[in-house]
Amino acid sequence: MRADDTLPPAGDAAAPGAPRTVMSEADVSRALRRIAHEIVERNKGADDLLLLGIPTRGVELARRLAALLHEMEGADVPVGELDITMFRDDLRHQPTRAPMPTRIPAAGVDDRVVVLVDDVLYSGRTIRAALDALADLGRPRAVRLAVLVDRGHRELPIRADHVGKNLPTAHTERVMVRLAGVDEAGDSVTIAAGETRAGRPSTPGGPR
Amino acid sequence: MRHLLSSADLTRDDVRMLLATAAEMHEVQRRDVKKLPTLRGRTVINLFFEDSTRTRSSFEIAGKWMSADTINITGKGSSTSKGESLRDTVMTIDAMSVDCVVIRHMASGAAHQVAQWVDASVVNAGDGTHEHPTQALLDAYTMEQRLGSLEGRRVAIVGDLTHSRVFRSNAITLRRLGAEVTLVAPPTLMPSGIGPWAAADGLTLTDDLDAVLAAGPDAVMMLRVQKERMSGGFFPTPREYTVGFGLTRERLRALVDANPEAVICHPGPMNRGLEISADAADAAQSLVLDQVSAGVAVRMAVLYHLLAGEEVAA
Repeated sequence: MRADDTLPPAGDAAAPGAPRTVMSEADVSRALRRIAHEIVERNKGADDLLLLGIPTRGVELARRLAALLHEMEGADVPVGELDITMFRDDLRHQPTRAPMPTRIPAAGVDDRVVVLVDDVLYSGRTIRAALDALADLGRPRAVRLAVLVDRGHRELPIRADHVGKNLPTAHTERVMVRLAGVDEAGDSVTIAAGETRAGRPSTPGGPR
Repeated sequence: MRHLLSSADLTRDDVRMLLATAAEMHEVQRRDVKKLPTLRGRTVINLFFEDSTRTRSSFEIAGKWMSADTINITGKGSSTSKGESLRDTVMTIDAMSVDCVVIRHMASGAAHQVAQWVDASVVNAGDGTHEHPTQALLDAYTMEQRLGSLEGRRVAIVGDLTHSRVFRSNAITLRRLGAEVTLVAPPTLMPSGIGPWAAADGLTLTDDLDAVLAAGPDAVMMLRVQKERMSGGFFPTPREYTVGFGLTRERLRALVDANPEAVICHPGPMNRGLEISADAADAAQSLVLDQVSAGVAVRMAVLYHLLAGEEVAA
């Protein structure tokens, strides 16, 4: 029996900052399977596809999509990594970060249908940077975008072609994607009320 | 990081971060489009009071490939030749709101001094006989590309240590990465007073190159005999230097016999036939051109870490 019910009890799930799970491991798995189906449907097969993951978790998602495409279509869709650090528009506003690897399969990006893969689509600035990075690597026939979570709040005219889950959020909330193979815990997407940097919600790559 | 003045300022983690970034920059060099937009709108001045081919051109290329505007000023063509002091020259440049000054100067400590005067980031591209930190980074990068981790690797640095800024930066950086460093020089070219540093930092000193090579080091770095600094009688004749301390054809064979995987570095420009024979310079073990190629990537990494990030006050 608490004397003062107006104070939120510590440790309660409703306490500010406590994460709430919005996608379970099974939800992530189902969403990826659906995205894989959408990709081949849209592309009328798996020919000429190239999956480019944006580090860190986009790469893991791209690998999983490739495995699903192999399972569904028997196709070996090449997977690459596209780092966007050098193309960011907010470099001057953040501490310097070390770039991640960019690995493009030997066949290159020319005339391929590139599917960019990322975990969370937010401001759209990461994808803007990815499109710039891609343009320096060659000329794909088409570029599509697959994301596990679209949390809204776009700051640029960018949309995803394939979305695992549309997740309405407030700027102040943080969306965290955890993936086995990258993170210690298993797959999950959680949302938490949290600190975003005042006036600067668009910090792709950071907490989002 | 605000300036890069000395290898001693870099922690092991700093070195690792710069080398990891350089690896990504090296990958960009293999693309058709080598330009990154990262430093768009930044201005880098290369202020060179001493002659240089590879350092100056690689800083210029590095800046351009990162989309910075790079401008070269040499001592000979500048107002310095009219008698302007170093301070006035760099203050003039700083007044043009540049973001980075890459400086090479014949006086040891020049880069440190310049860093006190200007708001821009300062990169030491060689100051007298003191330091040349980006050279040490690119040497370490090149060796790691061929040898893997330098932890516990044995590196011999051979030649004119007294006048060498390359050796000092290299010894510091290689020790940071865990390599064992042996310094080989004739007694006349072993820096006076090196003893306490060598003892504190675990550097081995010797004047017996043949014994060092017979032990099969993983890397041998030959230093240039700096003819422009050879005014005192440091050795009787060039021939005698070669006999005692040159990487001759016979010594190349001894090295390869002792360790077939050994690599040979030289910061350039080489005096073929003096400190290094043509056989050694062109051997499969030679990394001389890899060093040049790495130079651009390493300098891109340095410019990136100095200029890309948040403008934090100290």
